[in-house]
Amino acid sequence: MADAAAVSHGHGTGTGLSNNKLLMWTFLGSECLLFGGLISTYLIYRSRFGDGPAPGDIFDIPFTSVSSFVLLMSSLTMVLSLSALQRGDIRNNRIWLLTTALLGALFIGGQVYEFTTFLREGLGYTTSPFSSAFFTLTGFHGVHVSLGIVMLMSLLISSFRGTLTKERSETVEIVGLYWHFVDVVWIFIFTVIYLVPSPTS
Amino acid sequence: MSTDTAEHVDTHDEAHDHPSDRKYVQVAIILAIVTALEVGTYWMESVPGEVLIPVLMLMMVYKFFYVAAWFMHLKFDSPMFTKFFVAGLILATIVYGIMLTAFEFWHKG
Amino acid sequence: MSETTANPIGVYTRPKGNTGWRDWITTVDHKKIGILYGATAMLFFLIGGLEALLIRLQLATPDGTVLGADTYNRVYTMHGVTMVFMVIMPLAAAFANYLLPLQIGARDVAFPRLNALSYWVFLFGGLFLNMAWILGDAPDGGWFAYAPNTGTIFSPGKGMDFYALGLQIMGIASLISAMNLIVTVLNMRAPGMTLFKMPVFTWMILVVQFLLLFAVPVITVALFLLMFDRNFGANFFNPEMGADPLLWQHLFWIFGHPEVYILILPSFGIISEVIPTFSRKPIFGYPFMVFSGIAIGFMGWGVWAHHMFVSGIGPISIAAFSVSTMFIAVPTGVKILNWLATMWGGKIRFNTPMLFASGVVSMFTIGGLSGVTHSLAPADTQQTDTYYIVAHFHYVIFGGALLGIFAGFYFWWPKAFGHLLNEKLGKWNFWLMLVGFNMTFGPMHILGLQGMSRRIDTYSPGFGFEFWNMFATIGAFIIGLGVLAFLLNVWVSARAARHAPPVGPDPWDARSPEWFTPNPTPVHNFDDDIQIEALDEFWHRKYGQDENGRLVRVATAEEVCQDGSATDTHLPSPSYWPIVLAAGLPFIGFGLMYSLWFCVPGGALVLMAIYGWVFEPTDDPDGPHGHGHHDDHDDDGAADEAAAEDAEEAPVG
Repeated sequence: MADAAAVSHGHGTGTGLSNNKLLMWTFLGSECLLFGGLISTYLIYRSRFGDGPAPGDIFDIPFTSVSSFVLLMSSLTMVLSLSALQRGDIRNNRIWLLTTALLGALFIGGQVYEFTTFLREGLGYTTSPFSSAFFTLTGFHGVHVSLGIVMLMSLLISSFRGTLTKERSETVEIVGLYWHFVDVVWIFIFTVIYLVPSPTS
Repeated sequence: MSTDTAEHVDTHDEAHDHPSDRKYVQVAIILAIVTALEVGTYWMESVPGEVLIPVLMLMMVYKFFYVAAWFMHLKFDSPMFTKFFVAGLILATIVYGIMLTAFEFWHKG
Repeated sequence: MSETTANPIGVYTRPKGNTGWRDWITTVDHKKIGILYGATAMLFFLIGGLEALLIRLQLATPDGTVLGADTYNRVYTMHGVTMVFMVIMPLAAAFANYLLPLQIGARDVAFPRLNALSYWVFLFGGLFLNMAWILGDAPDGGWFAYAPNTGTIFSPGKGMDFYALGLQIMGIASLISAMNLIVTVLNMRAPGMTLFKMPVFTWMILVVQFLLLFAVPVITVALFLLMFDRNFGANFFNPEMGADPLLWQHLFWIFGHPEVYILILPSFGIISEVIPTFSRKPIFGYPFMVFSGIAIGFMGWGVWAHHMFVSGIGPISIAAFSVSTMFIAVPTGVKILNWLATMWGGKIRFNTPMLFASGVVSMFTIGGLSGVTHSLAPADTQQTDTYYIVAHFHYVIFGGALLGIFAGFYFWWPKAFGHLLNEKLGKWNFWLMLVGFNMTFGPMHILGLQGMSRRIDTYSPGFGFEFWNMFATIGAFIIGLGVLAFLLNVWVSARAARHAPPVGPDPWDARSPEWFTPNPTPVHNFDDDIQIEALDEFWHRKYGQDENGRLVRVATAEEVCQDGSATDTHLPSPSYWPIVLAAGLPFIGFGLMYSLWFCVPGGALVLMAIYGWVFEPTDDPDGPHGHGHHDDHDDDGAADEAAAEDAEEAPVG
């Protein structure tokens, strides 16, 4: 009987896969249903803006494109940090982890700016079913990104404590899976919510 | 979940099969180009929705799976992970697709 | 908790004790967690049962005055919520936790601390929801909580906030446990145990975990939307602002129908272990049993709108969901036929577990058949919101799920506690429950077809409802006697066991691998790996064939069983953090309802627990059997961290 510790890297597990990675993937499968529900809610309500601003009036595509690009590139830096750690390159691992967290923070900053702009233009959380659905969907995504930043910073702290070594690269890989998932959700949101022409008033 | 993958590749060795940083950058460049194309459609106001939306969707799906395949390593990791992810995706698509149909979402265009 | 707060992060005292209450609150042993789940759920079962008796008292006579309309709404709502989320689901979790690692020959689940977290989150969620009674504002919108009836206009108190947040917290517990058990089944099986050598119970639990994995996030979304509507003035279900109340119904039932199978499949799994054992035959058509369970799991996602036939979803939706609902009867029918075929020609012993199992087969069939009548939309239109529906789902949930769980209690009691339950009291328990159950819910078919509405607190004399209502109330109290017989049995049997000889390793001549361990199961489960060659491995080691192909006993149970004497087993160390993390969640709930200041201690507890958790190795390096795989332990913690962070995110975000 292999004990729990020995199997965590995949040795002696029934599938030959690491427990931790499998856990993260089951979680990501579950998250699909969460974001699916929020996105569907938005799609049902996107034309129900009442007297408030319509999505087609208010979306700033060039601005959102830039922040989408930032998030997309953070996926690259994330994978580079993992790749560095797998080579045993602690320094580059830290640099890319930090870059990823900063790009994520930049994205969140963009979202805060977007929200405040919308608020100024008369789109509050309670304005219409559309506004509630929009803020809820993008807000949930923003919370996911923020949690990802917290995880990245925790990894960074762990690295400076000297515990994030080549042998533990799986931890970075798992946080990376979460990060890339949040990125692909945004790829979906960006196209379906922003780029597909929205109703105007 | 119906198949038994008892004798699967050892996860340790595959760390060395990971693509190089150069490859990752290439992937990112392609993603950036597709994103640029997507955003470019914003200024093409003459394109009718029946053409624009499927094209946008295709590019979105391409980006989605490109990130999943390369950055999330599904391309060279165990198919088991892909199964979990795709199961969630397919289930979400079907179930919420039916729900949107019940709300007559597709009729409004 | 003071021990934990007194220590700075990263430098803490690891719980060491193996005795007393401290052992129970820090345990990561799947067996103890299973027992905790079971005991807690039985406590909630008594509360839910009390609520049921109040409902029946109110309805015993026309113009009843026992409760009054307002309290009646709260009581039936809490009865439903309690029985679904705090009784049947955690009882199934109790069996899953206790038995699943044993059935696959594992030492524990894949993530022992996450397992403890699931339990504590469930407990605090359940307590939080029941706090609504003490604070005088229990939910009153039904367990289905249809919007906009549950909005602040029609439900102005705090009741539905308790509902939304309480279910949210318990949803976290279900999700974590689903992920954990899926990984456990896939990764922790004994050598030789392929998926198609797993016992049917393990299979059904696996299917249920997949259903939970994908269904819980849907209700999470619905509950968030409801909470935002109620607390932050969002417009998801406010028709005045152009919202569509059907959105709630769709989201709720997309979760709600898989939920029905989440409730029933564990019971199917239990009786699929009980019936072969007491018929002395292998389960008939094992692959069909497995595949029909998987098929139910898939098809359960395609039938949700049959709960909404009168909601105005349009003729095409109604036709499509009618057809899919009819189809789902097929795999269910396969299961019933397979149980019957298993019994057919077997040497049946009607011990209490077998009585309960046959009760499931017969009662669930009645519930299943009345369910098929709902698939016909025109008939359903007549039945909707009548007692016919109440009759149907009680035949399924009580007759199907709960009786099966009682079968499991009697069957596996020696596995967990080392002694049998009393057979005589067990038979009283069974017959009182069966007769009382049929007296209560059988007549509701008639009442429903006569037009008696459900959820209405009273009825006027003269519609012909009087007799059957009184009859049903008497039946409900007979069920109550049956439950008392069970509790008495637990007490009497425990007392009798002190003076009786030990039960021995194999009281039922059982078949599946959990019986390789002695009774009660030792803390380390298995002394050695078991090598699995076949389904019903335990049976095949006891019996063989002679040269004429006749069944002969080749070994005694004592020879086959392990004696539990291994002492050098390395076990995961206990931890404070699961209970600390879970304890923070109700504070966050109160914070969202009353004053955000409550979120501060709640958030602090959660954060402290997460960081304590992350920096605590899975295995205590100072433990008696520690060894040098530091990196491995820490990895485990990191994945836990990720999941724990997500657990945190739900109530906060």
